[in-house]
Amino acid sequence: MAVKVVRRCELTLWEKLYVPLILGGLKITSAHFFRNLFLHSAHRLGLLKHLRASVTFQYPEESRPLAARFRSRHRLTVREDGTPRCVGCMLCETVCPAKCITIVAGEHPDPNVEKYPVRFDIDLGVCVYCGYCVEVCPEDAIRMDTGILDVSAYSRDEMKLDIHELMNPALRKPVGDCSLTFPHQCRLADGQMKGGW
Amino acid sequence: MIDLAIKLVLAVFVFFGVLNLAALHTWLERKQSAVIQDRIGANRASILGWRLMGLFHPLADSIKMFMKEDVVPAGVDRTLHLLAPFFSVFFALVGFAAIPFGDRFVIGDRVIDLQVAKIDVGLLYIFAMLSLGVYGVILAGFASRNNYALLGGLRATAQMISYEIALGIAIVGVVMIYGTMDLEELVRAQGKTLGGWIPLWGIVVQPVAFVVFLTAALAETKRVPFDLPEGESEIIGYFVEYSGMKFGMFFLADFLETIMVACLATTLFLGGWQVPYLMPDGFHFPWGATVPLAQWTYVLLGVASFSIKVVVFCWLFMQVRWTLPRFRYDQLMRLGWLGLFPISVVNVLVTASVLAFFGD
Ligand code: SF4
Ligand code: SF4
Repeated sequence: MAVKVVRRCELTLWEKLYVPLILGGLKITSAHFFRNLFLHSAHRLGLLKHLRASVTFQYPEESRPLAARFRSRHRLTVREDGTPRCVGCMLCETVCPAKCITIVAGEHPDPNVEKYPVRFDIDLGVCVYCGYCVEVCPEDAIRMDTGILDVSAYSRDEMKLDIHELMNPALRKPVGDCSLTFPHQCRLADGQMKGGW
Repeated sequence: MIDLAIKLVLAVFVFFGVLNLAALHTWLERKQSAVIQDRIGANRASILGWRLMGLFHPLADSIKMFMKEDVVPAGVDRTLHLLAPFFSVFFALVGFAAIPFGDRFVIGDRVIDLQVAKIDVGLLYIFAMLSLGVYGVILAGFASRNNYALLGGLRATAQMISYEIALGIAIVGVVMIYGTMDLEELVRAQGKTLGGWIPLWGIVVQPVAFVVFLTAALAETKRVPFDLPEGESEIIGYFVEYSGMKFGMFFLADFLETIMVACLATTLFLGGWQVPYLMPDGFHFPWGATVPLAQWTYVLLGVASFSIKVVVFCWLFMQVRWTLPRFRYDQLMRLGWLGLFPISVVNVLVTASVLAFFGD
């Protein structure tokens, strides 16, 4: 059986004196202190902004840089004429492990395009952000690159996104105005959304 | 009558100055630790959208402290439990009366000492008050009817008494050299220069005493690395059973003692309100140049110099606090009795022999 000799670290006399090591420690903290103090002051004057004085991100005002492959809130991509790319093939709805996508397809007026989504809902309260829907889509019609992370709501119903929000990431609930240029069935009456979206 | 009014103004000035500095300490503590650790620190408290780098946090803190429920556990000794925090703050505050924060100011034939109370044995008085401060701590531990609090109080007492000895002996050297216990005289004596170039400050003539004093003073104020009495993160301190502003007062007393010690270190070792080469009538540089100054500029420069030195010491204590880990209790006692105590005694002996053989 091999014997492992554990060598205890004995302090040298220099270390036992303690004072030099304290000074060493003070040197480290002071170096950080003065460097950061200088940078903070410079930032106040609008200088040296590229050097960070602290590792803190002041969250609501300043968000962390996201990785390129980061999966954030979904969006539906659009064609050049502003209509959704989605052809209503139901692949994403089928593959979704959380079963949180609801698509109702309708006949597209253009005979070259088979169908279009009359209704496209994602329940973010259920979604697990796996990204399968993005992987599976044959039309590159759904992506998760909006960079929106702060999805929050006061009720489960408000966690559901409809096609308006999906096509227009800047749009947050409640949807007051339907700006889609497609022949869709969104009806506005007295400023209220009616109908089946 | 006018004398009384002047003393009152001075007392109010010192009182508010010190209390504000203590409140600023909470800000300093947060911000300095943050800057050292590459963070930003508390900066969210705002008034009308103004944040001023978190300067409103001390305000928010005190409001919180006052609004909190004051819980007094069942079965405590109510009188002592109530008295303990007041003891702590009181003894921490009264010491400041003897600190001279500026040179004397002459208007007509009236001489105003920038010092609340001119006590001949000011040094002894301050040390007495510092020692009495331990009563607040031990009473808090004793009156809480909590074994952990009592143990915390005992730790604090043992530590403060041990380090007070080193602290006192370290100062004997300074007192011997300048030959006075009157703090103002002591500061005035430090105005001399060595060969015209080096100011004869305490730190120059008693460097060993300075180091011992700083270490013992840190222990005396119960700050990290000597914060065994509180040990906020793991061992329970003497003020577990305190809440609301009573707890806040212990906190305040801690900061006050830190400032007190900073003032003492400034007065004893950094020449108090002395500015190098500044005489009452202006600057006399060793290379012969002179800059004449009016009396009020001279006095103001002195006060500014004193304040800056105190703030620098506060900064240094804070820097030490965020650099070093806490001692173990036996290490603490060993450092006090086998380290600082003999060193300070030897320092006194050496100083005494040097004075006896080469002194005037
Ligand atoms: S990310 Fe995953 S869970 Fe969410 S909608 Fe897409 S497939 Fe469904
Ligand atoms: S997989 Fe793509 S094209 Fe098919 S329904 Fe989903 S989003 Fe539309």
